[in-house]
Amino acid sequence: MKRLFADIGLITGKDLKIELRSRVLINQVAPFALMILVLFGIALDADQQSLRNFASGLFWISVLLCALMAISRSMTIERDDEALVGLNLSGVDPLAIFLGKTCAIAIQLLILEIFLGVGIILLYRSEVEDLLLLVSTGLFACIAISALGTIFGFLASGLGVRETLLPILLLPLLLPVLIGATRAFDDALGVAAINGWNWFAFVAGLTVILTSVGAGANHLMVEN
Amino acid sequence: MSVVKLDGLVALLEGFPALTGVDLSVDAGEIVFVKGPNGAGKTTLLHLCAGLIQPKDGTGLILGHDLSSERTAIRKRVGLLSHSSGLYRDLTVLENITFWTRIAGVEQSEIDSRISWALKRMELDNRLQNQKVRSLSVGQKRRTSLAVFIVRRPDLWLMDEPHAGLDQEGRQIVDDLIEESVEAGATVVVASHDLERVLNISTRVVTLSGGAVVGVDHGGNK
Repeated sequence: MKRLFADIGLITGKDLKIELRSRVLINQVAPFALMILVLFGIALDADQQSLRNFASGLFWISVLLCALMAISRSMTIERDDEALVGLNLSGVDPLAIFLGKTCAIAIQLLILEIFLGVGIILLYRSEVEDLLLLVSTGLFACIAISALGTIFGFLASGLGVRETLLPILLLPLLLPVLIGATRAFDDALGVAAINGWNWFAFVAGLTVILTSVGAGANHLMVEN
Repeated sequence: MSVVKLDGLVALLEGFPALTGVDLSVDAGEIVFVKGPNGAGKTTLLHLCAGLIQPKDGTGLILGHDLSSERTAIRKRVGLLSHSSGLYRDLTVLENITFWTRIAGVEQSEIDSRISWALKRMELDNRLQNQKVRSLSVGQKRRTSLAVFIVRRPDLWLMDEPHAGLDQEGRQIVDDLIEESVEAGATVVVASHDLERVLNISTRVVTLSGGAVVGVDHGGNK
């Protein structure tokens, strides 16, 4: 167990170090996310009430698009020069590879969510009514997206049409997570009279299921 | 004792039979040179011995582990030097070697000494150690891959074109390493087009053609 956690830490640390060096998150993903927020703001004619009403949906669309970039990038790191073959040969537990990659993507997405969260508060004048619900949902949905992204990232990277295939595989399965997260955010931002904690429970349940499936199928994924 | 024992082994690559019934036995301490034309199955044979490919038919034992059911155990004990560098481009030479040493599960107390030894052995000086892999020349990358390869100290060395991209000095280092590894108890299987070079150090020469062994001769080392 100690070895497993050490390997997860090594893989997560390695991925984050590579991301810091390549600055893909800072130079490509973050400006892209900001542009989405600004463009939606302009498209909705800068109507503050409409922007506030749609803020949660726009937030999660931005996270989704940026997640696709981050997942694709995370798999490219292993595919370039066949580093994944080296990982397989090192005898490291495939579970450590899955969880290490998932953690690295999740940390990047969390940073991005904070950035986008500040963006919707500043640009759309959204008001946070339930910070705990907002943070909890953001955290769990982020883990769900990362886990599912890692599963399909590995599966798609073994095939020739990986860039096209990843969104096709990923988006339908992420839809329930995104719907749940959007509804929970609607309540947390005070734009819908619903019980957001029920939606949070739905997102948390999906997160546990997706992470368990990924952890259970890690051997097949990494082999592929 | 046989380190590699393959009987009628068949392997498919994307549905195509890349190995069509390989019979091969390699004893401990041997340096076996595998030759053959392009597409003969040399790389597939090495990948199979490394436990990266599931055999379709036949039986195989690598270091006493079954090739069909104990591939994880095999992978922990073999080293594969392939065409690709297997390095992370945005990490430095030292960071790459450190990562691969730690992930291979080398004892904490041995990590520093092994890394220093590998760096010195592959003549990767301080300036190179702190350079990102993406900025290295082909030869420097190959030396780094070799450092990652030797730092694990595998029991079975599987080397695919180990001299490729190296200068004369680098090639000599590879030959010396192969001979030293055998003296230390390892077994080596090399696939190469560099006939003269490998013939001199090999104990046996195996010729592959069309995915099967078509000839076995004595090498220049015995």
